[in-house]
This record gives sequence, structure tokens and C-alpha cells, in this order.
Amino acid sequence: MAKRIRIEPSKCIGCKTCELSCSFKHQGMFAPSLSRIYNEVFLEEASFITVTCQQCDDPWCARACPSGAIVKHPDTGVVEVIEEKCVGCRTCVSACPFGMIKYVEYKQKADKCNLCGGDFPECVAFCPTGCLTFEEEDEPLRTKILNYVNAVKEGQLEV
Amino acid sequence: MLGGWIGNVLRINLSKMTYNFEPLNYEWAKLYLGGRGLGSKYFTEEVDPTVDPFSEDNKLILSPGPLTGTYGAANGRYMMITKSPLTGTIASSNSGGYFPAELKYAGIDLVIIEGKASHPVYITIYNNQVAIKDASKIWGKNSDEVEDYLHSTFHRDAKIASIGPAGEKQVLFAAIMNDKHRAAGRSGVGAVMGSKNLKAIAVRGTLGVKVADRVKFREAATDAFRAIKESPVTAAGLPAYGTAVLVNIINQNGLLPTRNFQDDVFEDAEKISGETMAKQLLVRNKACMSCMIGCARVTKLADPRYKAQTGEGPEYETIFALGSDCGVSDLSAITKANYLCNEYGMDPISAGTTVACAMEMFEKGIIPQGDIGMPLKFGDADAVVKMIELTGKREGFGDKLALGSYRLASLYGHPEFSMSVKKQEFPAYDGRVAQGMALEYATSNRGACHVRGYMISPEIMGVPEKLDPYATENKAFWTKTFQDVTAVVDSVGMCLFTTFAININHITNLFTSATGLDYTQDDMMKAGERIYNIERLFNLKAGIDPSQDTLPKRLLEEPVKQGPAKGMVAKLSVLLPEYYKERGWGSDGIPTQEKLKELNIA
Repeated sequence: MAKRIRIEPSKCIGCKTCELSCSFKHQGMFAPSLSRIYNEVFLEEASFITVTCQQCDDPWCARACPSGAIVKHPDTGVVEVIEEKCVGCRTCVSACPFGMIKYVEYKQKADKCNLCGGDFPECVAFCPTGCLTFEEEDEPLRTKILNYVNAVKEGQLEV
Repeated sequence: MLGGWIGNVLRINLSKMTYNFEPLNYEWAKLYLGGRGLGSKYFTEEVDPTVDPFSEDNKLILSPGPLTGTYGAANGRYMMITKSPLTGTIASSNSGGYFPAELKYAGIDLVIIEGKASHPVYITIYNNQVAIKDASKIWGKNSDEVEDYLHSTFHRDAKIASIGPAGEKQVLFAAIMNDKHRAAGRSGVGAVMGSKNLKAIAVRGTLGVKVADRVKFREAATDAFRAIKESPVTAAGLPAYGTAVLVNIINQNGLLPTRNFQDDVFEDAEKISGETMAKQLLVRNKACMSCMIGCARVTKLADPRYKAQTGEGPEYETIFALGSDCGVSDLSAITKANYLCNEYGMDPISAGTTVACAMEMFEKGIIPQGDIGMPLKFGDADAVVKMIELTGKREGFGDKLALGSYRLASLYGHPEFSMSVKKQEFPAYDGRVAQGMALEYATSNRGACHVRGYMISPEIMGVPEKLDPYATENKAFWTKTFQDVTAVVDSVGMCLFTTFAININHITNLFTSATGLDYTQDDMMKAGERIYNIERLFNLKAGIDPSQDTLPKRLLEEPVKQGPAKGMVAKLSVLLPEYYKERGWGSDGIPTQEKLKELNIA
């Protein structure tokens, strides 16, 4: 199984350090507007949702790219923009149904999460609460299943 | 390359309805860092200290720091600098959330607001595009409503600072709210904004903050991150219970001010503690930009007496001011009153302690019931909620409460019942029990305040080392050091709470790698001292003479009645001369020419 950024929203405190560490590593400055990960804060609902590219199995962005600039690596599964080939046409931006690839003005290229290209993902390294993890197994999913299973188990014990 | 700072100052004149960008004065930035320091330098250079705080000649400066907007260590902060209508001193009031960093992303180091609009206006900033617009549709609204309006009419992702009705009506301790629930709370900065007919500032920035040495900055941030994650205060206490973790600790140490400082142990502390709050009200924790602590409490009020509502707080100071200081142990009522403070946009510390002052004067028969319109006794939770609402509206007796405790008590001929220094009310620690804190209160440049030199940290919590709170020895040295470090923290754009875990070494590493300046720890401390001294000089010229470096008679003469510190008074007559000496000021409390020269001020 390939490693992925796993996100557990209940652990998020809305600090946006993921956006800061991402833009600092990849764009050379602290600029949330250029981050490849998005930490949205809903003040009224006290809700914090973080999303980033999930490296689709059959990526819309790669299928849409007319210049073959977006590739999915066979071994890691990472979907990456080859900047030398990108012509900045933004077709991928339209194609991605999740909005997880964008056009970046200063380099005139498409830009998306590549899981830090082999380095340990910077957003995960700086996440202060463990909301973000980088692992093969989907621990947040496993935890949810176990919570559900435990609820069923306790219900059965009562009968 | 100089990083951290952007290099731009935005100057807005509301009388002329004009604005312009000008280059940042880097010579000043190097000496005064940013935030509180640099904002104060601009302010003191440009504003006559004798100015009437509500006149158009007073200015309001929004000042993030060079680290604001980075991930250094809880770098989501900025300062609001102006002359305070409450104290007559220079006021800088700090807030976090997301608004301060957004100013940096818009490419701005400082916003200087001058003059006075002829009618209610708000300001929008989208990078270098600035507009001043008519605010008649949002005048009278609270910060929640204002933000919703500006998100729909200006920009969905804008970050917003605004005043509520209390600021409009110039309640002397009105706050400037941002991101709905964060507040530049103290010293009445919101009243100054209201006097300028300025309802809100909305900013959207899509640019970035660069640092001089990326590798070193990342290392420095990682060190700070690790330290904050290893400290029991910042890694466990504050995330679990917020600042309200202090209620039980401070009460057990016998310095939780109760019933307007008549008592120091609150019999019902457990009912209003952070632990109880976590059980009864807490929804979840929340952080400001780039903060790994997350002390903010998102709470839900489900008491049938009140409208069901989600909000933020109460935090420790608020629990004291609206709770123990009013003799109130009803956590739901405290939370309701806190929400009201947020909605009207005012400082819960001054608001609550002013009610407490009125309660004591009512019980002593000094304020007649007819003036208040109802009985106002300690412990009456409903009365506190009512009084807070009246204060926010400036209706009935609230119009007098809106003046703060000093002016209220003076109106009735008894200023001694105001628990304040330089007319600003005490926060939640009795200075009689922590001598360093007493000295800090007496000498703070904005009147009684806990975040100008948090001596509770060494005296009660034992960070960075445990000092005997009752002793006076060495307290002048410690207080000066804490005041100077705090000035540095407030100026680089960092949250003060990080300093439970990190020290001047961490801060220096972050600052030097961000800015590219080759500063030592001593250089940083010197900058802190410089900042403290220019604030002091402004206050002296404003007519706040050193005789006001004092405490209410109650703290100086009435011994603590109960608890572990029974019998204690604040020994200011011992502490103050040592402090002036430690500061290198004359025995008259005035900075010497020699000292000013040493600090590159004169």
C-alpha cells in the first residue's frame, strides 16, 4: 500500500500551519493562497475542514492535460505536474472536480500536492495536533470503524 | 535581504477620505522590531502626547510584526496602538485570529489611520487596492453581523476587524473585535475607532511573507515547536482547559480576587473552573493562525434562561471579572455575559470589574438603588448579565458603568473602591499576594495589566523558575526583565503564551533568520527596553506623572483576609525605588538622559 496524507478533521484546531508549511516549502514564502492543502475555518459552526489532493487512481487532471504534463507514478501513485512540460493552459484546473489543482501566477504553471516528492510531507511534519498523518494504513478510517464496531458490541452486551 | 517585514505602510486619512502607501522606515524597524514597538515609534513620533483621545488628531495604528504570518511560533498576532481614552496613556492592545496575518499577505506592515470620518465608514483592502465605503447599513450591528455582511458584499475570504455598539457609543473600554470572537480588548481602543466613525476594516491578501534565511528559519521554528510541545503548560494545560485552567490554581494560592478584591479565596471556584467548563460548555478547542497551543474555547450555551448559542470563551480573566469578582458562581451566566461583551465589543475585564466596584458601593450604601434601577448585590448573576447589557448599550446605569470603575467611583466620591491603576482595572491576580505582579501593575505603561510582564509565571507557576511570591528581593530585576521580554514578544508578532515554553534564545533565532539581521539576545532585550522607555516617555509627556505608579489603598493597606497569603499587603514602597534604579531611571521615576542615550532614544 502507498503512503497517503490521512486527515482526521476532529483533531483540527484551525491553525493553518499546514497551509503555511506547504507554501513555505514549495513557493518559498508564507502564502496560504499558494498552498496545496486547504484548511477551511467555519467560525460559526466551530468546524475546521482540511482537504488536499488524494492522488486519484484515474486522475481527471492527468486525463485532461493536453501536453502530457501530469503523470501518475506507477510505484508511489503520486500524481505530479512535470513543470517543463506544463504550458499553463489550465485545462486541469477545470477538470479536477475537487479543485485540488490550481494555476500559479508567478511561475505560470499548474500546481498541486505531490506529497513533497519523496520527502516527508511538510504539512504533516508541522501539524501540531496529529490531524494530519502520513501512513500506509488509513488510521482515521480504522478508528471510525472501531468506534462503530464498539458501539455495536456494547449494544449487544446490553441485550 | 531583509525578510519578515514587507516594506509597506498604508496611511489612511478619514477626514480627507484619502489613502497612500509609503515605504517602511527600516531604521525604525531595526530599532523597534515591529508590532507594539514599531507601531509605538510611529505613534509617538506623529502624535502629540497631550492630544484628546477622541479628537481627530489621535491616530490608530494596526501593527503586525515581522514574524506575523509565518509559522515561527504562534505568529498570528498584531497590536492596535493609540492613545487610550480610559487611561490617557499610550494603549497597545493585542489580538490574534486570522486578521493580523492577512494584513501581511496583503503586503502591509503597518496601517496608520488618521482623522475622523464625517459619517460611518468601513475600509476594504485587497492587496494594494484600498477603498473607504459608507457603513450606514452596518452601523449598530455586532461583529458577527458585520463580518457576515462584509463576507457577502466584499470578499468571502476577507478577514475582518470591527467595533460593536460599545465602540460606536465610546464605552471607555470598548474593544476591537476580529474574526468574530478575537479581541484587541483592553484600554478602549474600540472607543477610539468609534470616535473616528470607523466601523470595520476588511482585508484580503493573496501575497506572501518571505524570510531571509529559509533553512535557518525552518530550524528555529522546529526548535520552538518542539519546546512548545514539550512544556506541560502549552502542550497539556492550555489545550485541555484553556486559560481557565488557572481558576483552581490561582484560588488555591489565595490570589483569586473576589467581591471587588475584598476577598482572595472564592468559595465556589470549582464551579467556575476550566475543568467544570470542559464538562459543561466546551465544544472544542480553537487556535489562532499558526498556533500549536489552541487555548481558545468554543463553547455552547444551552441554559434555558438564554438563547441557545455557540460562541467563544469565557477565558480565565473573564471568569474572574464576571464571576469571582462579582461573587458569581453561575458559569452559564458568566458565559452569557461574556458573549454579550463579544457582541457589544467590549473588554470583559474592565466591564466586569466595574460592575463589581458598583456592587461594593451599592452594598455600602454609596450608590442608591434608584440610580441603578435595581438592587446590585454580590453574587447576583442575573444582575451582572443585565448590567453588562446596559453597559454595551449605554442605557440607564450602564451609561455610568461605561466610564470604567475609576470614573464611576469618583462620581460617587469614593475613588478608593476602584480596583485600578492609571484608571485601568486589574486583571485576575491580587497584587498583595504576588509582589512582582504588584510592581508590574504599578509600573505598566497602560495601567493595570497582566500581559505587560506576567510575573505570575515565576511567582506562582514556577516558569522559568519558582520565585517566592511574598518576597520583594530581586523582584525589580525580574519585573523589568519580564516587561522587556514581553515588549519583544509583542513586537515580533508572537503570542505571549509561547513564552511558557520558549525563551529569548528561540525568539532571537526566529527573528534573525526571518529578518537577516545579526542580532544577539542582548540586542533583542535592548530593543525591548527601548520600546518600554519610549512608551514611558509618551506617558510622562501626556501628564501621567510617576506619582501614578501606585496601587489602590486596598492593596497597599488592607491585609489579605484569608487563605495561604493571609495578612499580606503589596510592599510597593520597597519595590518601586528598586525598580526605578533597575531601570536606570532617576529616583523620581523619569528616564535619565544617560539611559536614553544608551538606548539610542535621545
